[in-house]
Amino acid sequence: MRTRIRERRLDDDTWDDLEETLLLADVGMPTTTRLLDALRSRAAADAVADGDALADMLGEVIVAQLEVGADRALALEAGRTNVWMLIGVNGAGKTTTAAKLATRALADGRSVLFAASDTFRAAAADQLAHWASVLGVDVIRGADGADPGAVAFDAVQAARARGIDLVLVDTAGRLHTKVNLMEELKKVRRVIERTPDVLREVLLVLDATTGQNGLEQARQFTEAMGVTGVVLTKLDGSAKGGVVLAIEAELGVPVKLVGVGESADDLVPFDLTEFATALVG
Amino acid sequence: MFDTLADRFDGIFKRLRSRGKLTPTDVDEVAREIRLALLEADVNVKVVKSFVARIKERATGAEVAESLSPAQQVIKIVHEEMVATLGGATGKLHVAPKPPAVIVLAGLQGSGKTTAAAKLARVLEHDQGKRVLLVAADLQRPAAVEQLRVLGEKIGVPVFSEPTDPVAVARAGVREAERLGRTTVIIDTAGRLQIDDDLMGELGDIHDAVQPHDTLLVVDAMTGQEAVAVAERFAETVPLTGIVLTKLDGDARGGAALSVKEVTGLPILFAGVGEKVEDFEQFHPDRMASRILGMGDVMTLIEKAEAVFDQDEALKIQERMAKGQFTLEDFLDQMRQMKKMGPLSGIVGMLPGMPKELRQAEIDDAELGRVEAIICAMTPEERRDPTVINGSRRLRIAQGSGTSTQQVNAMLKQFKMVQQMMRSMTKAAKGKKGKRGRARMEVPPGFPLT
Repeated sequence: MRTRIRERRLDDDTWDDLEETLLLADVGMPTTTRLLDALRSRAAADAVADGDALADMLGEVIVAQLEVGADRALALEAGRTNVWMLIGVNGAGKTTTAAKLATRALADGRSVLFAASDTFRAAAADQLAHWASVLGVDVIRGADGADPGAVAFDAVQAARARGIDLVLVDTAGRLHTKVNLMEELKKVRRVIERTPDVLREVLLVLDATTGQNGLEQARQFTEAMGVTGVVLTKLDGSAKGGVVLAIEAELGVPVKLVGVGESADDLVPFDLTEFATALVG
Repeated sequence: MFDTLADRFDGIFKRLRSRGKLTPTDVDEVAREIRLALLEADVNVKVVKSFVARIKERATGAEVAESLSPAQQVIKIVHEEMVATLGGATGKLHVAPKPPAVIVLAGLQGSGKTTAAAKLARVLEHDQGKRVLLVAADLQRPAAVEQLRVLGEKIGVPVFSEPTDPVAVARAGVREAERLGRTTVIIDTAGRLQIDDDLMGELGDIHDAVQPHDTLLVVDAMTGQEAVAVAERFAETVPLTGIVLTKLDGDARGGAALSVKEVTGLPILFAGVGEKVEDFEQFHPDRMASRILGMGDVMTLIEKAEAVFDQDEALKIQERMAKGQFTLEDFLDQMRQMKKMGPLSGIVGMLPGMPKELRQAEIDDAELGRVEAIICAMTPEERRDPTVINGSRRLRIAQGSGTSTQQVNAMLKQFKMVQQMMRSMTKAAKGKKGKRGRARMEVPPGFPLT
């Protein structure tokens, strides 16, 4: 795609190709139209003549539209209990992300505790427990079908008693359309907040192969849970995860981390410039 | 807020319906709207192109059948094309000449293979009388084997695995099925990215080792543009025979289904529609097309309704409705019948012509329970004639049902609205022969909306 756009002179086809590139990256029509409109006026002002410059400029337009005010840092203060919740639809990669987040925190010299609040999916707690033993951290778990809020509560209490820095609460995957399950999630949040000032991040885990439904997911989870950031997983495939542009623009929820591989240390801070470059191709 | 594909088509066709003739400009406008709608629905850009081109070609040159208006003609063309793309007929699993039949499930991480394996096993075992062995060949993801074991136990299907390697497990699993006399083997494999050559190679090895009768690609209904690349690459690696579409119970438009179908030509066999093991259905291309086009999944709904609605009961209620005697007791009956059809949120999505607000309204099934409790706390007299309910009765009902007097009031108000709606409906249906049954389907009584 890159060469196709870059090697040609500017004409209508160039614009069509750019549009197709963005659409194929799951950016979605409304955001694509907005970006291309912005690009058109800039290109006209700067008298851009070739596809190469135009593609570069599109990258800049994306960065310029999004970088405003987005705080992509994760809240983790030493010497106190920090709780991060991981939420998202089924199969987004929450449990794996919990393991990766723990790896990062441990590397920074923080102590970590897992809360296996996914008491619904068969063997989800076992999956987390596996990571816990690999990483040498503790996991608080309940029986299958136990109250996820109680597990989270116990974990927070345990972390405070043991002086642990970070509690990672892994929750069951749920579709954002399920009223009951969203209520259950809110309850977990309320239970954690019974201990004042410990919940520092509510991270929405989003699969990079997700299409436009990702925006609706983010909207619903944000409304219900006050999402503080997105972790974009499975970006090591050929999917571009372009829907996060709409999520950032429309909901103001920043992408904080991206998952780029299978191993526990394949979780890196989100770099907008890099992301934009990959999108434009 | 994005519009659903159905809303968009609703909009276009409403405009078209209001015009007498279909001009080339109309066709262009339709084509543009269809393109936008399909893109919003996550249909792959390239699939959209070919789909829209086909519509344009057929619509522009179309002779309008005498019995149809030009607008109806376009609706017909779009629908036909959608059905054709989605597959036309309903696909089936292959029959093994000599058991066991071997089925391999493959797909990306998190697409829902393990859950689909258990759901498929349940359908084959319980509905088709097969004797299934589940084989856990996902040795990659921690506790994936354990997950399948737990699910297998739940549905009463044995699960086989061993800590060797995926190819060996698959091979040993088939041998184990032969030994145990099981008729079907379902092999759950690890999730893999289509660009991971090593893991794709391993999938090829599994295929070569067990020579499956069916190799099914499990695709998440929420997948975006990537669906095409995934399907193409998996199809190149192993001879796929079908698709399983998962997580269709969400509000994703499911454009991935169209994309995958178009590029692979493979039938979509099953659809995962919920969290529970039983939430697994045969995929119906024609119904999916109707649903996408805003005609609602009428077939499924009618079948479901027929299965649970007591015909005599329905007739009795209809008669009372016609006479304007619909009471809270009937309301309760209807509500209980509705509940048998499954969660309301699912039913509303299937209804044709449901306005967007209603489809997106949060339908809380717990609300149904509350309404039921309130009615149950009433005396027969109160149920027949709610006007007798005064302050002290209201308080008693609220206490008896564990609700508040405000909730009792709200419910009574709602019932009054339903009653009025029914009266106008039955009036409208009168005189139109044979429309009574339909009228009942179109506006199910008493949607407790929050």
